[in-house]
Amino acid sequence: MRGLIPWVVAVLAFWAFTRFGATLAPWAFDWPRAAILPAARWITAFTKWLLNEAHFGLFTFQDLTRAISAVIGAPYRVVTGLLSEGFAGLPPLPWIAVIGLAGLLGHRAGGWPLALLVSGCFLFIAVFGKWTSAMITLASILIAVPIGVAGGLALGLAAYRWQIFARAITPVLDLMQTIPVFAYLVPILILFGFGPVAAVIATVIYAMPPMTRITLLALRRVPDELRDLGHMIGCNRQQMTWRVMIPAAKEGLMVGVNQVIMLSLNMVIIASMIGAGGLGFDVLAALRRLDFGAGLEAGFAIVALAIALDRVSQALAHERPQALPRHVYLKAGLATIALAAVLALILPAAQTYPAGAQLSTGTFWGEVVKWININYFDTLEAIKNALLINLLIPFKRFLIALPWAGVALLLAFCGWRLGGWRLAALSGGLVVAIAATGLWEEAMTTVYLCGISVAIAMLIGLPIGIAAAEKDSLWRGVRLAIDTLQTLPSFVYLMPAVMLFRVGDFTAMIAVVAYAIAPAIRYTALGLQGVDPRLIEAGRAMGCTRWQILTRIKLRLALPEIMLGLNQTIMFALSMLVITALVGTRDLGQEVYIALTKANPGRGLVAGLCVAFIAIIADRLISASAARARQKLGLGT
Amino acid sequence: MTLKPGFKAAASALALLAALPALAQESTDPINLTLHDWTGQLITTQLMGAVLSQAGYNVEYVQADYLAQFAGLESGDLHVAMEIWETTGREAMDAATATGKVVNLGPTGMQAKEEWWYPSYMVEKCPGLPNWEALKEPACAEAFATAETAPKGRYLGGPVTWGGFDEERVEALDLPFEVIHAGTDAALFAELESAVQREAPIMLWVYAPHWAPAKFTGDWVAFPEYTAECYSDPAWGGNPDLAYDCGKPFGDIWKVGWAGLAEKWPKAAVAVERFTIDNGEMGAMITEVDLNGATVDAVVADWMSKNEARWSGWIN
Repeated sequence: MRGLIPWVVAVLAFWAFTRFGATLAPWAFDWPRAAILPAARWITAFTKWLLNEAHFGLFTFQDLTRAISAVIGAPYRVVTGLLSEGFAGLPPLPWIAVIGLAGLLGHRAGGWPLALLVSGCFLFIAVFGKWTSAMITLASILIAVPIGVAGGLALGLAAYRWQIFARAITPVLDLMQTIPVFAYLVPILILFGFGPVAAVIATVIYAMPPMTRITLLALRRVPDELRDLGHMIGCNRQQMTWRVMIPAAKEGLMVGVNQVIMLSLNMVIIASMIGAGGLGFDVLAALRRLDFGAGLEAGFAIVALAIALDRVSQALAHERPQALPRHVYLKAGLATIALAAVLALILPAAQTYPAGAQLSTGTFWGEVVKWININYFDTLEAIKNALLINLLIPFKRFLIALPWAGVALLLAFCGWRLGGWRLAALSGGLVVAIAATGLWEEAMTTVYLCGISVAIAMLIGLPIGIAAAEKDSLWRGVRLAIDTLQTLPSFVYLMPAVMLFRVGDFTAMIAVVAYAIAPAIRYTALGLQGVDPRLIEAGRAMGCTRWQILTRIKLRLALPEIMLGLNQTIMFALSMLVITALVGTRDLGQEVYIALTKANPGRGLVAGLCVAFIAIIADRLISASAARARQKLGLGT
Repeated sequence: MTLKPGFKAAASALALLAALPALAQESTDPINLTLHDWTGQLITTQLMGAVLSQAGYNVEYVQADYLAQFAGLESGDLHVAMEIWETTGREAMDAATATGKVVNLGPTGMQAKEEWWYPSYMVEKCPGLPNWEALKEPACAEAFATAETAPKGRYLGGPVTWGGFDEERVEALDLPFEVIHAGTDAALFAELESAVQREAPIMLWVYAPHWAPAKFTGDWVAFPEYTAECYSDPAWGGNPDLAYDCGKPFGDIWKVGWAGLAEKWPKAAVAVERFTIDNGEMGAMITEVDLNGATVDAVVADWMSKNEARWSGWIN
């Protein structure tokens, strides 16, 4: 209990400062206007210079980026040609051929059940009339994923080889993952040109960091014996990397590949805003005319693609000894294409899925929303108003009134208690940096919106995760639901939410909770499932009740995983900021969005960096307390 | 995003090269037309694209953000943008043309109208409408109120990025209203749809040409008419101390292009300049797509076949 005393003192001091400090030190509440760092102007000036003047002697920086985009553009055109547009008079691959190939891939990775699932997903897309759009989306995913994987692998290898590089790259990766994509879209558009290639590059930036992290982790986990063996049999450096290390780390690496695929699919909507087209564009266009059915169909086509790609890439991580040899699949693939091509010549329905056989939910979903709207709007409005007036608005006012200096000191204190002076300097310093940009109020609005959403997501997610961990059958259903929530573009349910709850913070909160609840459930369930069964057995032998086993053993041992889940829930909530800007919040996400539409790279990046700083503070503090929890439980680090 | 197979356009370009010797010197590179995410703009752009294809040009459509596209137009990545609204795009357009890299290719013939709008069932609760002075009545403002804004009325403005000076207007005209910003166009009309379904009060920013004024019956609030002085000179208008004591501006929807357009594809530049269409025609096509479920392609093809005399005048 003695550990508590410093905390109590710190919180009391903070409270006193907030309460009485305003008259003593007004500068601690409002960052002096004259001292605001003109960071936005600097960044804008730097980008201008980079775009117009930066030179490497023979060519400009922009020539270099344009050359890169030409290099990426070539394979992209080949893939879109194959899947959706055709080449030089030849039609694209018939839809039955694509379904056949997808089935073959599924069979190679996981046998007949997976083959059926994957073909089923593609058939679903065809039946709902989303084939052409889905193929455009698939083409950009097929280009973005290999680039993301190769880039992530290269960075990961470099970080593994040179400790210094590993240390230098970690903050960069944090920024890549937490700065909202909108913040760097304008520079990317200018550097790489408008069109699908710029969208592919934005996707790669967002999707690559987990690959780098996982590569580094997987390589470090390769057993020493294996490495020694490699040296003993005289491998040179290259052989060591490609013949020993990478094959040994393959399972971990495939998890990275899987993450790259899923994050690329998350980018589909944003990518479509800058020229990727495809399913993301369908979702946006449908929602603009408030055609909820069409939006939902396009959204579920994205989910179907995600499920197919996710399950295949997960299955590929495990060797499947009973799979047929590679050349059999190759021959079968070629045969499928040839057969489908011949069939398509005779039967046009084999080339393009016949419009007459398409299904559509039509106006059904629109009618459902209308029915709820007419019958239950007043009830919903009453609930919403009660929550807004009693919880949201007071919390928002409280946070906005906090002095930045006090927050910086309090967080520095937390950092010092949890992880020493380095963490203290980091947390305090980042708070001061946010205040120095003059965006304190927007930042606090962000903290308020994400804070409440995370609390609600955890309150709902924890019990569901606990229940799902107890029962396997429930877990399967829950997993499907959270996978769907994670890949279904939130735009699809955001507009119906606007109809029922009007624009504003409440609607934004619903969208954030819906997205951020996935990791809260997932990590809780995984943590509880991972508890050593011997310990539970021991508890039972000592006569613990089920409740005692849950609270005294399972939840305690799973605490580090649950903390990781909390961490991820916060990250997910922050990544939704840009979407919440679309329903009229006034937070950092809105700043980024305004900067995007005004083509002001500096303003966008500064607001984006503030989001990243909030994310980094939360991440470091929670990781540090999770590490302490592990130590206390004797789980090691 | 390429909506049309490039090879088709290229093939037709080759075929037409012989027929149209004037085109022989012109580039066969694709002309990039920008697409945004509202139906009217998709129709206008694809009409222009169809006309240019008929003239033998290779046309590509590129998805681009309405305001972010100017960077692309300046660098020559994008070539033609068909709808820049006087009301929302003027500032960005002026900034871009000032660089000398972007040129204004003239009006489209459509008139943009944006103003406060209410569904007609609200006249019962606020009988003085559409005259703006009716909104000053406390009872009238209260009719538009929600729990959050009461006793003030709630006015749902456009996304912050659209500007519009509504806060200033409310202050200058001393209206008992609170301005709430929708984040996007879609959110704006989702609220309208929701309110109309319940016959609930709503006052919001609506613009035309759009499907909403065609689908729902209602009217624009009649503010003192906009003049340039009203926005710049506080002395003008009913409130001698504040500017913005008038309605929103309305005006042309402009076509703009990359400055190099006329040099690289001279005849195409002329065709874009000649393109005109009016609000009635466009409104009918938007309604066809957004309310009757026709595809943009079908509507464009229909217009092309019915108006051959008109568009062939643009390309010859």
